[in-house]
Amino acid sequence: MEVQQFYYDNKIVKKFIYATMLWGIVGMSVGLLLAFMFLFPNVTDGISWLSFGRLRPLHTNAVIFAFVGNAIFAGVYYSTQRLLKARMFSDVLSNINFWGWQLIIVAAAITLPLGFSTSKEYAELEWPIDIAIALVWVAFGANLIGTMIKRRQRHLYVAIWFYLATFVTVAVLHIFNSLELPVSALKSYSVYAGVQDALVQWWYGHNAVAFFLTTPFLGLMYYFVPKAANRPVYSYRLSIVHFWSLIFIYISGRTSPLIILRIAGLGSKPWGSLFSYVDSSFLGWYDQWSFDLEGCLGQGAYGSYA
Amino acid sequence: MSVIYVLLAISIIVAMVFFAAFIFSVKNGQYDDSYTPSVRMLFEDELVKQKKSLQKSNMDTSIESNN
Repeated sequence: MEVQQFYYDNKIVKKFIYATMLWGIVGMSVGLLLAFMFLFPNVTDGISWLSFGRLRPLHTNAVIFAFVGNAIFAGVYYSTQRLLKARMFSDVLSNINFWGWQLIIVAAAITLPLGFSTSKEYAELEWPIDIAIALVWVAFGANLIGTMIKRRQRHLYVAIWFYLATFVTVAVLHIFNSLELPVSALKSYSVYAGVQDALVQWWYGHNAVAFFLTTPFLGLMYYFVPKAANRPVYSYRLSIVHFWSLIFIYISGRTSPLIILRIAGLGSKPWGSLFSYVDSSFLGWYDQWSFDLEGCLGQGAYGSYA
Repeated sequence: MSVIYVLLAISIIVAMVFFAAFIFSVKNGQYDDSYTPSVRMLFEDELVKQKKSLQKSNMDTSIESNN
């Protein structure tokens, strides 16, 4: 048997961790300032770029896409290499992913306070930044899939599937929600109009929570929790069922509570509400309960760490 | 509301792609063993430190032999 020697890329992981900490502090400080504005509404009066309406999207974008985003990349770059027993596919792509993402964040931190906004929640950034996000995200995906192809471990651990699902779905959601017609360098109009736009926006909005804030972290938990406890998950079989049930139902189902109840106006009809509640409850199962079950059933193992 | 057909189509296409991946991975035997992978991921075979100490001991012995 041939012994192969290779090195994990830990530098890129460190970079993402430092970025996570930096943007965490920035994003939450802006949040604190916004919270103060509830008590002292006039505290930034006269300074347009410090007004509430411009700072709120800066806060949400910084916390979701800068703080959480960099945390996802840090965790994914660390665990993917170890689970697949391979260095990341390309160091160049890793660095494009890192520096590109930080540039996007800086661009957001400049344009949002200046008032450049598409006014779509969690998708406020204007079209040139939207294109940059798509390109950097695809660089991340190419790096991930490339690593999967050159892996030394035949079995794909369940966490890898969660990362792959994150890449595919966030790409699809971002691209279809951000379809817009530019009229100048920093102004565009959505290709969808009126209620159509609202529908696409909240198909994106709910799924962004599902696939940016939830799915990658389920994958990260399936890696880091057993590692921290030095014990396997209670049931690996359940984790497999967890992933495959999530991917088939989640993307369409996440849309339903909001669309059925509010936009389609079916909330006033009993069956509309019922359908929505049942559907949402199933989603609760797919997205959270599976892992909670792992935690509860394996409590003997994890209890001492809690 | 007509845009909902576009959204449904996108969702179904994504689901179908993953369904194909599912069939493919089952047929490839990815899930034949639904226990070992959960234990295997706990082990790392990083040999970096071991190798360093090995080199050191080699150096030590070489110094000794020189003496």
